Amino acid sequence: MTQTLTIGKALNLGLRRAMEDDPKVVLMGEDIGRLGGVFRVTDGLQKDFGDDRVVDTPLAEAGILGTAVGLAMRGYRPVCEIQFDGFVFPAYNQIVTQVAKIHARSRGKLAMPIVIRIPFGGGIGAVEHHSESPEAYFAHTPGLKVVAVSNPVDAYWGIQQAIAHPDPIVFLEPKRRYWEKAEVDTGAPPGPLFASRVVRGGDDVTLLAYGPMVKTALQAAQAAADEGRSIEVVDLRSLSPLDLDPVFESVRRTGRCVVVHEAQVTLGLGAEIAARVSETCFHSLEAPVLRVGGYDTPYPPSKLEEEYLPDLDRVLDAVDRAMGF
Amino acid sequence: MSVSSVATEVVDPVPGAEAPHLPHQPDLVQLLTPEGERVEHPEYSVDVSPEELRDLYRDLALVRRWDVEATALQRQGELGIWASLLGQEAAQIGAGRAMAPDDMAFPTYREHGVAWTRGVDPLHVISLFRGVDNGGWDPVATHFNLYTVVIGAQTLHATGYAMGLQRDGAESAALAFLGDGATSQGEVNEAMIWAASFSAPVVFFCQNNQYAISVPLERQSRVPLYQRAAGFGFPGVRVDGNDVLAVLAVTRAALAAAHDGQGPTFIEAFTYRMGAHTTSDDPTRYRLASELEEWKLRDPIARLKAYLSRSGIADHDFFDAVEAEADELAVRIRRGTVEMPDPPGTAMFDSVYAEQTPHLARQRAEFEAYQASFEGGVER
Repeated sequence: MTQTLTIGKALNLGLRRAMEDDPKVVLMGEDIGRLGGVFRVTDGLQKDFGDDRVVDTPLAEAGILGTAVGLAMRGYRPVCEIQFDGFVFPAYNQIVTQVAKIHARSRGKLAMPIVIRIPFGGGIGAVEHHSESPEAYFAHTPGLKVVAVSNPVDAYWGIQQAIAHPDPIVFLEPKRRYWEKAEVDTGAPPGPLFASRVVRGGDDVTLLAYGPMVKTALQAAQAAADEGRSIEVVDLRSLSPLDLDPVFESVRRTGRCVVVHEAQVTLGLGAEIAARVSETCFHSLEAPVLRVGGYDTPYPPSKLEEEYLPDLDRVLDAVDRAMGF
Repeated sequence: MSVSSVATEVVDPVPGAEAPHLPHQPDLVQLLTPEGERVEHPEYSVDVSPEELRDLYRDLALVRRWDVEATALQRQGELGIWASLLGQEAAQIGAGRAMAPDDMAFPTYREHGVAWTRGVDPLHVISLFRGVDNGGWDPVATHFNLYTVVIGAQTLHATGYAMGLQRDGAESAALAFLGDGATSQGEVNEAMIWAASFSAPVVFFCQNNQYAISVPLERQSRVPLYQRAAGFGFPGVRVDGNDVLAVLAVTRAALAAAHDGQGPTFIEAFTYRMGAHTTSDDPTRYRLASELEEWKLRDPIARLKAYLSRSGIADHDFFDAVEAEADELAVRIRRGTVEMPDPPGTAMFDSVYAEQTPHLARQRAEFEAYQASFEGGVER
């Protein structure tokens, strides 16, 4: 069964299906009930599942995550919506000191099957704190898993897989791509959640991206192809754990690797990936692993975000540098 | 119980004011005076048999002996640190014994007395302070959560757990422990807002032991802590935390209200930390010896002993038997501590996730290979 869905609608349907499959799934967040969320991802769910299962919470992010811990201890599977990336920080203490550590603290006696949905990234002309890419903070934290979806198929299946998974997952949604459409086969069994995927084959350079930058990377690969250059694009999908075996395989063929993300480059995911690719593929590399990302500044006012964010030209510039090394 | 309507009683916020004074406390619930006399309270009463009274005494005496032994073990290098409950025994035993088996406790890191009432083996608490694990007990089986060291974080867990109880239609409650310092944390205030908004079956049990390490209560609050509850919209009550009977009565009533669908209550157990914050602390730097002497006169164990003796509920033989049992407990704790094995190095990898990641599995294998690379291997 196939239908055309946006990422936002695919998430909505995926959440609906997860709630139908498991009565212990509880959605919690600010404005997710009657309003259906500021991005309407939970539209209609409170009406159909009731306000005990789709909870309009008080305006307190630490409260959302802290009570989710207690609900999880009671056998529930809380799905927490953080309204915008920059608002996750009041909940950061609960996520890092509690959600991430309780399984280890209890030596496996207490599971924390909590999904933390965060619309992330920029490009929507928003005010401060609405365009951040906080994934490295979470990928750096043992006990958490972090995934980033880039398309409606992964949105639909990924949210269900994340909810069914026994560990806490930070689930990053590319907010500027919420309205991107694709055909989604809602009957086909999904591939695994924590796996990277080659989304375009190529021989000259391996280009890595996740979330909103996958589309940018594919556009760059197309533009490069028009000039006779062959770029392989990998959608990382899972940021913790990283699934780099397909990347290593690719880099051994291409000898060149470029990593793209919106987050600031310093100590970002690209730094870790560059280190691992260098350790594993050292003798195959024709050029250093290059990173394209946000500058090491606070996310700028929106009139400057086009300069700040990696785009097709900056990606191709890095590809040129890798090729010219 | 009703939401207290008394006028707000402002604590003198002037630094250097004598602290902690025992202010005029018209609302302090007390059933046993510091001299060991039973008194009545218009709202709270407790029906305990002579046998239950003796059991309460036994609880108090044994956890104090445990605490003394643990402090000594730390001094002898057997524990990394110990957080003493000295002086707070009645608050903890009273609260713990008020709980029904299915009620769930969410402790800080000092609730050894509550642990005792939940059947947690003292050595499973000791193992945390020895650095063997983060607490060796089963939080599900004992209905006693693992210790939470980040101040106040557990109050939200208790509230969420209570929301789960609500959804399950269970007639149980969560009991969230916190200290006076924790009341300044945003998360504690969020917990009280959530508990009120959802009318969650949770009781906030605050042991006001007068100090957050060195900082006195006056820096945390201008009003008595129990009065804060009114601002959140649920009852607050101040109980003499050194009176095990009053604590039992007040906590039972609050839990009964929660079981009955009446939502949260905030209990301020007014007490005193007679020891240091932990074995790393030096309280002589921030409080006067005379203050401690004053509080010794309100000792929670001495007053129950006086009552039991005077009323003929217990005699010398009973007290001698409890003392002998305490000594046996101390021996068991000491032996169990010094004989406690270190965990295997691989233990740190094994419970990070419910579903191990390939990356961590590789790191674990590298760790094992590295350890094995030493000639003859390494111990453990």
